[in-house]
Amino acid sequence: MGNKIQNIENNTNSVPSQGSGVGGYLDMELLRFSTAGSVDDGKSTLIGRLLYDSKSIFEDQLQAVKDASKRLGGGDEVNLALLTDGLRAEREQGITIDVAYRYFATPKRKFIIADTPGHIEYTRNMVTGASTADVAIILIDARNGIIEQSKRHSYVASLLQIPNVVVAVNKMDLVDFSEEVFNTIKKEYEDIAKILKLKNVIFIPISARDGDNVVDASDKTPWYKGETLLHLLETLPVRKDETNLPARFPVQYVIRPHSDDFHDYRGYAGRISGGSFKVGDEITVLPSKTQSKIVAIDEGTKSLNEAFTPQSVTIRLEDNVDVSRGDIIVKNSDTKPTVSANVSLLTCWLNHKPLNEGGKYIIRHATEETHAIIKEVHYKVNINTLENILDDKTVKMNDIAHISIKTLKPLKYDSYGENRITGSLVLIDENTFETVGAGMIVHNLEDETFTI
Amino acid sequence: MSNYKLTHLKELESESIFILREVAAQFEKPALLFSGGKDSIVMAYLAYKAFYPAAIPFPFVHIDTGHNFEETITYRDELVKLLGAQLIVGSVEESIAQGRVVEEKGYTASRNKLQTVTLLDTLEKYKFDAALGGARRDEEKARAKERFFSHRDEFGQWDPKNQRPELWNIFNGKKQLGEHFRVFPISNWTEMDVWQYILQENIPLPSLYYTHEREVFERDGVIYAALDAIPRKPTEVVEVKKVRCRTIGDITCTGLTLSSANSLEDIIDEIASSRITERGGRSDDKRSEAAMEDRKKAGYF
Repeated sequence: MGNKIQNIENNTNSVPSQGSGVGGYLDMELLRFSTAGSVDDGKSTLIGRLLYDSKSIFEDQLQAVKDASKRLGGGDEVNLALLTDGLRAEREQGITIDVAYRYFATPKRKFIIADTPGHIEYTRNMVTGASTADVAIILIDARNGIIEQSKRHSYVASLLQIPNVVVAVNKMDLVDFSEEVFNTIKKEYEDIAKILKLKNVIFIPISARDGDNVVDASDKTPWYKGETLLHLLETLPVRKDETNLPARFPVQYVIRPHSDDFHDYRGYAGRISGGSFKVGDEITVLPSKTQSKIVAIDEGTKSLNEAFTPQSVTIRLEDNVDVSRGDIIVKNSDTKPTVSANVSLLTCWLNHKPLNEGGKYIIRHATEETHAIIKEVHYKVNINTLENILDDKTVKMNDIAHISIKTLKPLKYDSYGENRITGSLVLIDENTFETVGAGMIVHNLEDETFTI
Repeated sequence: MSNYKLTHLKELESESIFILREVAAQFEKPALLFSGGKDSIVMAYLAYKAFYPAAIPFPFVHIDTGHNFEETITYRDELVKLLGAQLIVGSVEESIAQGRVVEEKGYTASRNKLQTVTLLDTLEKYKFDAALGGARRDEEKARAKERFFSHRDEFGQWDPKNQRPELWNIFNGKKQLGEHFRVFPISNWTEMDVWQYILQENIPLPSLYYTHEREVFERDGVIYAALDAIPRKPTEVVEVKKVRCRTIGDITCTGLTLSSANSLEDIIDEIASSRITERGGRSDDKRSEAAMEDRKKAGYF
């Protein structure tokens, strides 16, 4: 074994703040949030404000947007939507086609915004954007209250199990900052949140255009005692539960240097996808059920005593066991995942070509790839009324359906409610190789937080 | 251990390493596109970490326009040696000599656009099926919509309206014969993240990134190096100024910044207070509003 990685260093993931500006930057956390909405609800204005107020828009970008606004007939009014609508077709047609990713940072946190278009036909984009989000911001126009689209966004947040939902009641300036209007919306939404079993729902009255309660507290809403939107985003817990989950390590790649210095080195590279692993932990490799013990956890040229979700590390085992890509290493002291070829899931269909009941697809689950046959479509979900559709089982693009599949190789899975990584999969067309379906695994629908 | 906290740089690093390993696992013959700029330098170091103690399982490919700063080439050769990587150079001058491309003429001539042909030719020559690039989504509006795994058809072209959805951390690199992928492991990094990472990891950079005195001239508000690669108009006056590069590309499209920053800390402070994006100095983006989208569709980096 080489000497370079023998010396175990302490876990050095938290860089100590040096007290200077530079040190402060190095000690930030990362928060991912999604926003969904249509052209009129002020979503682009809100994002524009967050970017602008955090000084994340640069002068040349602003000038380019000003020029484009003028050319597209907007006069002198700056259309902040042009900042996020990056593609030529989007700018010309004034619509958002695709998920756009935006970045900004405050001294406390770095933020990644998945900005998704909210038209009916773009459920697939909302699902994509929400799949990695810690927080979903749902914008509601104070004048219109909760509309079908708000329900749709909330359903997606529930389906994708986003841990925090922020309901931003926007355009409060147009209802005279009325507490009554805000409370009516809040009360109505709380009923929906209960049905959807949304986890942590927070309401904020804002005016994105004027900035009320976005970055600074507004003096026009003295009745609102809560936090501003930005402060909330800076303080909401980031994935607090993931490191407490049962430990999961899907093996991505086997590292065998074949060099003189590291002649016997055999490491299993991957990203921890639940809980944590320590040197000395007794483990089981699935699906083979081979038992072993962790002798080292390497991260680049360093060795760690313990590693957590979502670190990318390389695990070395005591015994020379047969482990390859697609296997999952789990801790013996934790609950084991289900190992089965029969999988029940909620799918969001992403492709123009409808799902083929009885058809075969390629499945990608964690680092595993296999084939599957669609055994049965149980029902579709009407995302607006949240009712089940039993008489039409054609699963088209943007449809959500409960299906059962049988896989060629057994999957080692948790339910999506338990673990977003080992509980999710995608379906790939065998001929075009396009990603055609997103799947969230359910053990037993009644046990799940989904209410459908 | 609920009080465990991962810094944003650690999380970004972990995500990028995950993607680099996915590429090594999913493709037969990947390559890392190396430009000599800070983003591809960070990529090189991430690749080193991802597979350590094994060697990086793919070569670095540098598309050399023949108009590179000398420092870039020196740095490239040293880095390749340091990381034990393999280097393949695709030459735009060769493409010109072979008649594959025609050199642009006039004062604004640049080989930036010609690179695309050399790049695609090089990928085909070595049968690379995945090209890793250091592009970031915060750089440019067309890039904000690009996937981590970006599919290219048999002509090397990008279809932005028909991209594969990317959910969770599942990446689909399946392709037909003759098609390839561009993969961008540092998509979620910002310019600031890159600089902070360089500081945190203590990564040595080409001297061009730090302040130095250089003969320069100004054109359309952009400061360029007064070197033979850019023909100057008679009215353009050469002056000596204290400058540094904020991004490094080919000499003809690299705008210089007036700066006295001579440490990473200085650079980070400078960027934190800057009101112009790093690509604000890139003349290749200024050709039209959709300049980047058009070049990307054609197969540019």
